[in-house]
Amino acid sequence: MTTTESDLVPLLKRDYKEGFITDIDSETLPPGLDEDVIRTISAKKNEPEWMLEWRLEGYKRWLEMAPPEWAHLHHPPVDFQDISYFSAPKQKPLLDSLDEVDPKLLETYEKLGIPIDEQKMLAGVKVAVDAVFDSVSVATTFKETLLEAGVIFCPISEALQEYPELIKQYLGTVVPPSDNYYAALNSAVFSDGSFVFIPKGVRCPMELSTYFRINEMNTGQFERTLIVAEDDSYVSYLEGCTAPMRDENQLHAAVVELVAMKGAEIKYSTVQNWYPGDEDGKGGIYNFVTKRGACRGQGAKISWTQVETGSAITWKYPSVLLEGDDTVGEFYSVALTNNYQQADTGTKMVHIGKNSKSTIISKGISAGKGQNAYRGLVKILKGAENARNYSQCDSLLMGDKCGAHTFPYMEVKNPSAIVEHEATTSRIGEDQLFYCRQRGMSEEDAVSMIVNGFCKEVFKELPMEFAVEAQKLLGISLEGSVG
Amino acid sequence: MLSIKNLHASIDGKRILNGINLEVGTGEVHAIMGPNGSGKSTLASVLAGRDNYEVTEGNVIYKDQDLLEMEPEIRAREGVFLAFQYPVEIPGVTNMYLLKAAINAVKKHQGQDELDAREFLKLIKEKAAMVEMKQEFLYRSVNEGFSGGEKKRNEILQMALLEPYLSILDETDSGLDIDALKIVAKGVNLIRSEQRSMVLVTHYQRLLDYIVPDYVHVLAGGKIIRSGGKELALELEEKGYGWIDELAAA
Ligand SMILES: Nc1ncnc2c1ncn2[C@@H]1O[C@H](COP(=O)(O)OP(=O)(O)OP(=O)(O)O)[C@@H](O)[C@H]1O
Ligand SMILES: [Mg+2]
Repeated sequence: MTTTESDLVPLLKRDYKEGFITDIDSETLPPGLDEDVIRTISAKKNEPEWMLEWRLEGYKRWLEMAPPEWAHLHHPPVDFQDISYFSAPKQKPLLDSLDEVDPKLLETYEKLGIPIDEQKMLAGVKVAVDAVFDSVSVATTFKETLLEAGVIFCPISEALQEYPELIKQYLGTVVPPSDNYYAALNSAVFSDGSFVFIPKGVRCPMELSTYFRINEMNTGQFERTLIVAEDDSYVSYLEGCTAPMRDENQLHAAVVELVAMKGAEIKYSTVQNWYPGDEDGKGGIYNFVTKRGACRGQGAKISWTQVETGSAITWKYPSVLLEGDDTVGEFYSVALTNNYQQADTGTKMVHIGKNSKSTIISKGISAGKGQNAYRGLVKILKGAENARNYSQCDSLLMGDKCGAHTFPYMEVKNPSAIVEHEATTSRIGEDQLFYCRQRGMSEEDAVSMIVNGFCKEVFKELPMEFAVEAQKLLGISLEGSVG
Repeated sequence: MLSIKNLHASIDGKRILNGINLEVGTGEVHAIMGPNGSGKSTLASVLAGRDNYEVTEGNVIYKDQDLLEMEPEIRAREGVFLAFQYPVEIPGVTNMYLLKAAINAVKKHQGQDELDAREFLKLIKEKAAMVEMKQEFLYRSVNEGFSGGEKKRNEILQMALLEPYLSILDETDSGLDIDALKIVAKGVNLIRSEQRSMVLVTHYQRLLDYIVPDYVHVLAGGKIIRSGGKELALELEEKGYGWIDELAAA
């Protein structure tokens, strides 16, 4: 064969358009981590004493732990003393109006295509946005509109001032500080992130979203997001991430906790587009993230959808604890690794309640020298009568230097459970490509179309605007309005 | 339309085509018959531009252009269509999407306006009715789970939509029941015209009852060893290829 799959790899090449740097005055802590740094962060945010104690406890745990080594990832050890743990653009805190936001920041978000100006948003496609820039939230839109519906959507640092009781009640209840190495680190140094609270019976009137942007050099981003949906409420939340192109690796270690009470539903979607590093594997974000949701009440539902195209390293397992009876957990994932990118991602579905159901659809695409691992655990506890799980893990390979790996684990303690697992690995076929080209499509369009087809089951779970973005990200033109 | 001169081609160093000469005039229909493994699909693939074959000698002129110099998608946009002997499946991509991408690629290349969703839908429904294909097939993934006959019919649908100048049908009749065969023939006859040419690769005379060719050629050992009118197909049906072998040996 003369058209080998490796010829296809350049087709996946794309410019990282989000790789620019915003030249802005920032206040950045010198690199290094100790108790003083944590006290400084806490003081900067004017946090209550219990919050500081909580952070210090996390720090203590972290010191006792070692980085996990079980993942199918290879990278030099991270020097945690070489990272700055706090960086914020110099501006007045707690802004009331966009007029007070530094124009350079406004420009940054405009360039990224993120709507942080309420007035400029088109009618009908309203999305509330919390914009996190390095360690702080710089703008949150539609806060008032949402409050009228009883929905709280604000930076978590602000929530600590305004709703400390709610934070105290829920923070760390799904991902305790001691959960794992990176969660412990996050607990100690987390700087900002979003807090969402949907009261009983409320259907959140618009999509909520947070855009994370790393800008400053040598800083890590440690955001913490907490979403609480009370009985019979509903929220759809989106998360996007970008960073400048730099030769150094930068650390991003986030924690996301979701709590869904009786009959509540949380839909959490991520389009992760952190800088992946260059073609030779230089630079890029190390993305170590702990995401977990708890279905606390009967009939609660949590659905994770992720499209992971960026980062040099992705280590991430959005999970669901199906505590209540009749609860539902879902995980839909597309992970693309190209060049030297590595991803070890998957999910954990822990069935505790009766009739709990979970669905896992994972699509891994590897190109170049990319390594892609799916790692999933389906755990059915003794009391989980009639639990059901369906898992499907498909891998698509382009070229012969990349790799796909699947690590499905199952622990079934209740005999009435039905657990199904299917896995496939395929290559973009020269046959498929030739067929499309014979019908007049360019090779590039054909690759896009085939990859898009491969990811379809996941893309259809994303809210419309995000699906478009995700498809673009994979270098894919949107499938037409027909079909 | 198409002029093939002394075409030699090999794959992985193995010689498959050993000097093909073939002239297909505008508006003509040529049938190519020949034993299994004689190189019929290879010839079709080389004409369509599959690049795992190496052309070692000869040349091919299509509408005054050097066909072998053109990328496969350019050939397609210039009106060369291959109905595959084994159409491939593309999971997750709807038939509709592929068809729309295909026709718009051709239209764009030919400097015409691309079809919008509504225009396309109208057109494709007409064409589907023409080849008696149920509309549900338009919304299914390309060829995925289609029966052998359904895949072949899908090829004809694509041909009917794209209205190519040169259609090469590689055993589109194989595996078809008699009704499907008639539908395929109907599709072919519909686009058969003064401006369009066809090359039909087939093993069976019965297709030629429905699509009457102007010429019949026998390909064996990578060469055209005999050409004639439509009667040649009948003779082959009666006497088999052994007869030809003897002729070739003589
Ligand atoms: N990749 C390959 N490597 C070696 N030989 C090949 C390869 N591909 C095709 N061939 C050989 O080339 C010869 C011609 O094949 P081709 O498919 O063109 O035959 P055909 O005339 O279409 O046969 P059929 O009537 O069975 O469809 C066969 O002997 C086949 O085995
Ligand atoms: Mg053949």
